Amino acid sequence: WWHVPVVPATQEAEVIEAELRSTKRWELTAEGEEIAREGSHEARVFRSIPPEGLAQSELMRLPSGKVGFSKAMSNKWIRVDKSAADGPRVFRVVDSMEDEVQRRLQLVQGGQAEKLGEKERSELRKRKLLAEVTLKTYWVSKGSAFSTSISKQETELSPEMISSGSWRDRPFKPYNFLAHGVLPDSGHLHPLLKVRSQFRQIFLEMGFTEMPTDNFIESSFWNFDALFQPQQHPARDQHDTFFLRDPAEALQLPMDYVQRVKRTHSQGGYGSQGYKYTWKLDEARKNLLRTHTTSASARALYRLAQKKPFTPVKYFSIDRVFRNETLDATHLAEFHQIEGVVADHGLTLGHLMGILREFFTKLGITQLRFKPAYNPYTEPSMEVFSYHQGLKKWVEVGNSGVFRPEMLLPMGLPENVSVIAWGLSLERPTMIKYGINNIRDLVGHKVNLQMVYDSPLCRLDAEPRPPPTQEAA
Amino acid sequence: MPTVSVKRDLLFQALGRTYTDEEFDELCFEFGLELDEITSEKEIISKEQGNVKAAGASDVVLYKIDVPANRYDLLCLEGLVRGLQVFKERIKAPVYKRVMPDGKIQKLIITEETAKIRPFAVAAVLRNIKFTKDRYDSFIELQERLHQNICRKRALVAIGTHDLDTLSGPFTYTAKRPSDIKFKPLNKTKEYTACELMNIYKTDNHLKHYLHIIENKPLYPVIYDSNGVVLSMPPIINGDHSRITVNTRNIFIECTGTDFTKAKIVLDIIVTMFSEYCENQFTVEAAEVVFPNGKSYTFPELAYRKEMVRADLINKKVGIRETPENLAKLLTRMYLKSEVIGDGNQIEIEIPPTRADIIHACDIVEDAAIAYGYNNIQMTLPKTYTIANQFPLNKLTELLRYDMAAAGFTEALTFALCSQEDIADKLGLDISATKAVHISNPKTAEFQVARTTLLPGLLKTIAANRKMPLPLKLFEISDIVIKDSNTDVGAKNYRHLCAVYYNKNPGFEIIHGLLDRIMQLLDVPPGEDKGGYVIKASEGPAFFPGRCAEIFARGQSVGKLGVLHPDVITKFELTMPCSSLEINIGPFL
Repeated sequence: WWHVPVVPATQEAEVIEAELRSTKRWELTAEGEEIAREGSHEARVFRSIPPEGLAQSELMRLPSGKVGFSKAMSNKWIRVDKSAADGPRVFRVVDSMEDEVQRRLQLVQGGQAEKLGEKERSELRKRKLLAEVTLKTYWVSKGSAFSTSISKQETELSPEMISSGSWRDRPFKPYNFLAHGVLPDSGHLHPLLKVRSQFRQIFLEMGFTEMPTDNFIESSFWNFDALFQPQQHPARDQHDTFFLRDPAEALQLPMDYVQRVKRTHSQGGYGSQGYKYTWKLDEARKNLLRTHTTSASARALYRLAQKKPFTPVKYFSIDRVFRNETLDATHLAEFHQIEGVVADHGLTLGHLMGILREFFTKLGITQLRFKPAYNPYTEPSMEVFSYHQGLKKWVEVGNSGVFRPEMLLPMGLPENVSVIAWGLSLERPTMIKYGINNIRDLVGHKVNLQMVYDSPLCRLDAEPRPPPTQEAA
Repeated sequence: MPTVSVKRDLLFQALGRTYTDEEFDELCFEFGLELDEITSEKEIISKEQGNVKAAGASDVVLYKIDVPANRYDLLCLEGLVRGLQVFKERIKAPVYKRVMPDGKIQKLIITEETAKIRPFAVAAVLRNIKFTKDRYDSFIELQERLHQNICRKRALVAIGTHDLDTLSGPFTYTAKRPSDIKFKPLNKTKEYTACELMNIYKTDNHLKHYLHIIENKPLYPVIYDSNGVVLSMPPIINGDHSRITVNTRNIFIECTGTDFTKAKIVLDIIVTMFSEYCENQFTVEAAEVVFPNGKSYTFPELAYRKEMVRADLINKKVGIRETPENLAKLLTRMYLKSEVIGDGNQIEIEIPPTRADIIHACDIVEDAAIAYGYNNIQMTLPKTYTIANQFPLNKLTELLRYDMAAAGFTEALTFALCSQEDIADKLGLDISATKAVHISNPKTAEFQVARTTLLPGLLKTIAANRKMPLPLKLFEISDIVIKDSNTDVGAKNYRHLCAVYYNKNPGFEIIHGLLDRIMQLLDVPPGEDKGGYVIKASEGPAFFPGRCAEIFARGQSVGKLGVLHPDVITKFELTMPCSSLEINIGPFL
């Protein structure tokens, strides 16, 4: 153990204790030593000038010439006569002088540095004649575990120690509990899909049945026409929707139902004025990447309408949808839509709001308010806002409404059945919840896997993280 | 959602009171509007073009208000004010009247040449109007808002407004060869032919967006007065001769289009909004339009329609219990003049020409709910009792995901859309062999096709994470899409499970072991009998020769596994050996 540590390890069981004691003292530099012995440069210059004077050029060649000359000049010990015949000549001004520098350095050398003033010492230090030295010493004494015999500390318990019982009289090296552990080798689930699992769980807890949504390709008919979205609606524009080149058209449509949809759009019916335009089958056949999962809801409701007698249902889905949008920090060409649908006799707006309250409570969102809105296929429609504590404002968290009779009645649903529905994106609440500002940090192949490795459990009703510095809206 | 920008002080003056920003925001919210932004011309210019350009601009406070897409009656200051004043019961909704002129009625004659390009036209006259600078600006702005929204960027309807005093009827709406149309257009100093104009406007930032509507047609629509003066060449540009100014007193309005219903709505909206400034407020002078078949119609329609809705229906749909009288009052506040009639439970609602959005009783129910206040409605839970079920394919997916992670693989989430290159060239395949669905209008190559395999997404994920410690073990369970003429739309999703192992050694045994584990989880025994699974030597362009096997389970081929071909690795910008596995999990349901 006779390796003396520079800084004693304080945490280990001490065999010895070492206490640091540091002192400071002043020492002469090599040049300082020389001056204490031989005199300062200026004194040496003074002494070398004879009464008849000395040529300046000659004086400058002396070892102390340069420094000594200017110091002796400023001390007014010597003068220069520039009018001399063979160049400038230096003469003494005084007969004798006191070499103060040498005297002070000798004091320091004699251990009497304290006799000098602070100013004097610092002047000598500036001239690099004096230096302050810190001396560190350790005061060593017996420690609590002092022993004259040497024994190595054990790092770990071993099977042999257990069987022999030797662990009883062995010292063990203490653990450093401040260090990190070794993370387990493991796989990880993707954070957005963890949130998806939680949303599925919430719907299942609320008694909602999952709709099939495994068809990214949809006809315009199911995506728009069946939802009473007119054929000139901006959403059906090339700028908003991905249409297909191949297969360009849907091969089969339920033609009976298509006729009813056509009539409702172009002439009205079921109590509606309709949109009064020429509805075209070709337009309805156009294939596209579904722009919302509501197309799947329409299919599910159509299937429901074919079953007699009508039985009430609660449906949900969470799946991908596609928009041919301009991409930015919060918009990608594809995202996940969450949708809930309830079909029953006599459902009201109050019911829609009640079920939304329960749904959002399960997400940990309790402060809700509702704003009138417009959707082509719901009436009444309401946007759902929640108060975001972090952002200190109301943010839109979903869209909802009662499906229009012009959508439901052509399907064959009974007249007194209402269908309430709501939708939200999976990405947006996830980004707000986890303070992610750029959707590309969450979805797609450019995501940093470290983020996936490090992501916590998804507990939607738990307290959110501190709010993001920048708004993720 | 259209955004209307109005001067705040002008708005408050018209509303007869001021609001704090918060108060006005609250009012908007209640009414279904959204105060989107508070700004000024100066701020807008400085944001878009920098402070220098903004130096001289006005700093009058502007409110930018989001209006629901079906409320064309709220697209200008006049309409917003009228809507809010009626809502707050400060004024009664004005009644719009169509009147016959003292002298001869203005006539617009449609010739049959228009039939193939833009067959419909409607017209009306605003007589003795008094503009100010603000009113004039609002008039122009409303036309622009209508063009952008209901008119579908002028494709369905285009509006032309003219100083009637510079023209002499009757007017002719016809279609001519572009070279035969010549006139001085708005904001130009000389005459051009239509061909020349189409060329000039190709570089016009505003007009270039409308050229495509008529560009390739043999005949262009055009409107003349009786002296051969060109009023407009819809839907592109008006003539300079009849341009309106702040001093114009009599305005001739024509709307041409391909959608008759929308043309009538647009005309109704313009005249109802701006007849406010006519000497005889809210009256509009009729114009006659003669169609090619000789039939003549009078516009604007300004039709008031009566609807009958039972009070208990409204209560039942909203979930409230209001008296019929109260409901009628609520509806009247929404610009729908209503009264209780008959047995005391019927409400008769008058739909004004400004409310073209009301097409069904459900629209009336919504307005009653808005006036009642959405946030005043009692929340209740529906009594609908149902048993929940999971979609079997998703249920299996969820179970497998957890066990894939437990097996040490990390879940990726990649895009369903990608480039042709990703699914074909980079995997050594010809695109025709992929049976992929193709997108007709992708903005970039990233969205050319729907993926036919999950492998490219995982390889791209690795490429983006090359700095991470090896090995990288990734998986994804998600849908791919393949053309399939047996389905109604001609394409079908398949749920795939894909996994890759990326390290200094190929690790085929690890991917093979993962397959064994997956089969264990799916309760599929090894061996060819009794619905078990085997792998058989196979080949594929994506795999290193002799290092590829096809997976058979339950009597069918479900996918492949193997060591990836060095060309594939290189094309995905990777440097290490890699083995992969991809199966369809549908057969294991």
